[in-house]
Amino acid sequence: MADSTKRSSGLGDWIFHNLTRLFALLTLLILLGILGSLVYGALPSIHKFGFSFLWHRDWNPPMNDFGALVHIYGTLVTSLIALIIAVPVSFGIALFLTELSPLWLRRPLGIAIELLAGIPSIVFGMWGLLVFAPIFSEYIQPFLTATLGHIPLLGHLFQGIPIGIGLLSAGIILSIMIIPFIASVMRDVFEVTPEILKESAYAVGATTWEVVWSVVLPFTRVGVIGGIMLGLGRALGETMAVTFVIGNSDQLDTSSLYAAGNSIASALANEFTEATTPMYTSSLIELGLILFLITFVVLVLSKLLLLRLSRKEGKGT
Amino acid sequence: MMDLRLRRKLTNYFALSLSMMAVAFGLFWLFWLLTSVFKMGVGGLSLSLFTKMTPPPGSDGGLLNAIVGSLIQIGLATLIGTPFGVLSGVYLAEYGAHTRLGKTTLFINDILLSAPSIVVGLVVYAVYVAPVGHFSALAGIFALALLVIPVVIRTTENMLVLVPDSLREAVFALGTPKWKVITKVTLRASLAGIVTGVLLAVARVAGETAPLLFTSLSNQFWTLDLNKPMATLPVIIFNFAMSPYADWQRMAWSGVLLITFGVLALNILARVLFRTKHKH
Repeated sequence: MADSTKRSSGLGDWIFHNLTRLFALLTLLILLGILGSLVYGALPSIHKFGFSFLWHRDWNPPMNDFGALVHIYGTLVTSLIALIIAVPVSFGIALFLTELSPLWLRRPLGIAIELLAGIPSIVFGMWGLLVFAPIFSEYIQPFLTATLGHIPLLGHLFQGIPIGIGLLSAGIILSIMIIPFIASVMRDVFEVTPEILKESAYAVGATTWEVVWSVVLPFTRVGVIGGIMLGLGRALGETMAVTFVIGNSDQLDTSSLYAAGNSIASALANEFTEATTPMYTSSLIELGLILFLITFVVLVLSKLLLLRLSRKEGKGT
Repeated sequence: MMDLRLRRKLTNYFALSLSMMAVAFGLFWLFWLLTSVFKMGVGGLSLSLFTKMTPPPGSDGGLLNAIVGSLIQIGLATLIGTPFGVLSGVYLAEYGAHTRLGKTTLFINDILLSAPSIVVGLVVYAVYVAPVGHFSALAGIFALALLVIPVVIRTTENMLVLVPDSLREAVFALGTPKWKVITKVTLRASLAGIVTGVLLAVARVAGETAPLLFTSLSNQFWTLDLNKPMATLPVIIFNFAMSPYADWQRMAWSGVLLITFGVLALNILARVLFRTKHKH
């Protein structure tokens, strides 16, 4: 009797163990499935265009002639603009939340920032197109042209017709969307700095800024970069917000940031259901594959950097 | 000497004011966004929004088919994704924490968590829609389920790891088999956390548009058939907002208002639930 209950519990254990293991394995297979199906779908396009797909500038559906340069450019430029704005702002927010804010304010402020992260991207997109873009073209763009437009070398980025939508607008909207991600990672990694390090710096008379800049930041550097990479990964693949405001143009003939463009994600969102030929569909899937590979590398780097910080923290205590 | 001290002090004040400005900058956008969503959307809120179908431009209508379509697809995606995520999370926390499979899966899961959702749509298109030959609600459900899974795995694993080992040991000491320890004790102890994770997953997919564009597509008409294209709130908002018709745009704003405050409410609910459970 005792023996049989033991055996049946052993069987239960075996079943449950392997059931959960199966699902863990399936999770891993999701990744392989994503990669495999994208490569398979992109095969016709890969065969036809080879590697030159990456730097070929024409995107011409009627002629069945496809190249990804415009979309890769649009994806990278908008994400770069987003990072330039979001990184310093997120750093400021994280600094405020960890060092300056009175205790009672920390939680509500933290929640407010996280709520910003929870707002669906379509809301940002629609708001960006119908509320932000008109104001941006009427007030901000002329101002930027009048000021930054005169800087040598960089000036031409801010010249052109202020239409409110385009690469710059998309980059700004993206920056708002990734600030919460970067800020909350930065806050979390700032908090792992051992109190004793900070207190010893304060004890020798360092100012708050000096403590953050010369003690907290060097200690958490890898984590901070990891957080930035996480934000970058988000920005690269963000679809709806960009689709609304980037202008959806497959042309690349000006260096102005006011110009309409297209990112990989926005091209997919706009054109995929309209793709009429198999080669068109396949080229769009190859775009998706490129996007997935870029974000994959960025996210892996981000994760590895954050792991390195948590290992260092483990060693410290 | 005095000079250096002054300079350090000024640098400090300068940096700290910049930090406060950064916070103001972040809150400014949140405030601007929420107020304009409220202002533009509240005018269109009416009973007919919830009782009538999406109209052709120029005529009267509501968002009923889109709201129901969203609820169906989110609901079923959560039903598929939750057990998948919980079981996988149980393995990662209870069995495989130190195995190669466990470590790799945990790592890959964090990548999936941030992977672009439009790619998920592409994949479901390539794997399901293209072979079957038509868009369908079922395809949309699969796409959303693929987004639910990583969120649920992450929170399940996190919550199970928090359960103190002494609790497990106490139950083991009674001779309980491991699967019973997990299902009757550790999973129950972390139930609030897992429910929080599921709520966050629902909040995340509720606003997802990109993965639905070429899976469940959209539908101007009422349907409950999972094999047919089905409208969802986000996709209808996208189509209506991009259209030149003022009445469609107005309806899109009302949709945005519903979805924004729905998602925010879910987020807040998840936090409150988690917090009250973990206070003591």
